[in-house]
Amino acid sequence: MGTDSSLLHTPLHTLHQDFGGKMVPFAGYAMPLQYADGIMAEHRHVREHVGLFDVSHMGQVRIRPRSGHVEDAALALERLVPADIVALKPNRQRYTQFTNPSGGILDDLMVIAQEDCLLLVVNAACKQADFAHLQDNLADCLVEPLPDRALLALQGPEAQDVLSSFDADAATMRFMDVCMLEIDGARCIVSRSGYTGEDGYEISLSAKDADRVARQLLQHQQVRLIGLGARDSLRLEAGLCLYGADIDETTTPVEAALEWSIQKSRRTGGARAGGFPGADIKLDQLEKGVPRRRVGLLPTGRAPVRHGAPLYADAALADKVGEVTSGAFGPTLEAPVAMGYVATPHAGIGTELVAELRGRGVATRVAALPLVPARFRR
Amino acid sequence: MTLYFTSEHEWLRVEGDTAVVGITQHAADELGELVFVETKPAGTQVKAGEAVAVVESVKAASDIYAPVDGEIVDGNAALADDPSIVSSDPQGAGWIVTFRLSNPAQLDGLMDAVAYAAFVG
Repeated sequence: MGTDSSLLHTPLHTLHQDFGGKMVPFAGYAMPLQYADGIMAEHRHVREHVGLFDVSHMGQVRIRPRSGHVEDAALALERLVPADIVALKPNRQRYTQFTNPSGGILDDLMVIAQEDCLLLVVNAACKQADFAHLQDNLADCLVEPLPDRALLALQGPEAQDVLSSFDADAATMRFMDVCMLEIDGARCIVSRSGYTGEDGYEISLSAKDADRVARQLLQHQQVRLIGLGARDSLRLEAGLCLYGADIDETTTPVEAALEWSIQKSRRTGGARAGGFPGADIKLDQLEKGVPRRRVGLLPTGRAPVRHGAPLYADAALADKVGEVTSGAFGPTLEAPVAMGYVATPHAGIGTELVAELRGRGVATRVAALPLVPARFRR
Repeated sequence: MTLYFTSEHEWLRVEGDTAVVGITQHAADELGELVFVETKPAGTQVKAGEAVAVVESVKAASDIYAPVDGEIVDGNAALADDPSIVSSDPQGAGWIVTFRLSNPAQLDGLMDAVAYAAFVG
């Protein structure tokens, strides 16, 4: 499959080609959909051993307070996100969203607190808009996109064994801890986190070191390269949102069942309640509930029910109560897996719904997220 | 018995007025491992270009089209239990439907193995 010459390349482009990556366009980059093993085998390898993902297309941006006090950067960022950033301790990471005035989500992101600055990781497709959003709204900070940094994810139950062979400190980290590790001579900002539901790490490093470090990690026989195809099926089983599919400008964090990411200090009655775009809508939804909720879905049979499929209350396919936002075949469950939005009266776990697939009904049960239990090292 | 290929990466093995239809090795490689195959019921009348089956990988659903006009005689029942046969043996045990041709003259518009190999490049 040819790829457009206008597509951007990550620092690992040569590595992808050397390992037979099937390159596809994604958010303006040529990215590996899969390698020779294929999506099913790659997915299972991450659940059983360790996978190495190139996620260098994602946006990395540093926020420095002009005052020199990191708390000022945290207070500034809190104007754009509903999470408590002030309380985020140095060398810890937290998940949040950029919200809009109507309560929707502009992007979701990770925030890392460092001693003197914040480091943000945002979605590839949104990163230019996010950078502009930050520059427009954080005049009291220096907003520095970091295009010369690569990002690797090392994910799976054996990830700690592999990474601690390079730097023993990897083993001391807990879920969402951040640590400077030295991997094959490269100084890396490493968080214990990921997008698979497995234990693992995300490794931010200089682009010039990325190819060498990736090849060193791949020297470990339990490590294999994993493409975007398996990344998607892994995150779906793990119940994690894909921006643009499961969350977007029309979904609020409360509808998306992400209220766990809005800490008490930002809620009504909290020390710094509200103060982010759409706060009135979201805080109201937290108290009064929402008309629809994001839920896990388990269709019966083997046919995947995919993005856009309508959900009905019964087999007559008359009373539409929701829609699938992500759907695929789950290689770990060996069954179709999906997520979607369902009208709250029908969103209880165990509720039997009917998805429409090629004109007929497929019995589909509302299920707790994650669909495959997470194995983070908390 | 004659083997034909289409630009949609399907093959037909024709005997008399009946054809066995499947996808080519090239198509199987492009689709990746399949997780679900659904064929239209026996007796369905289709025109060239209409779907006779849907094959699904982890990532996406793809229609398999009727190469010529005809009627579906049978779907490959083995694929319900193990759709990966299509991936592992697309031009043998992984056949998808058998098909009765209603206008065999349409076969003249299809490729032979040599032309298809050139088409795939």
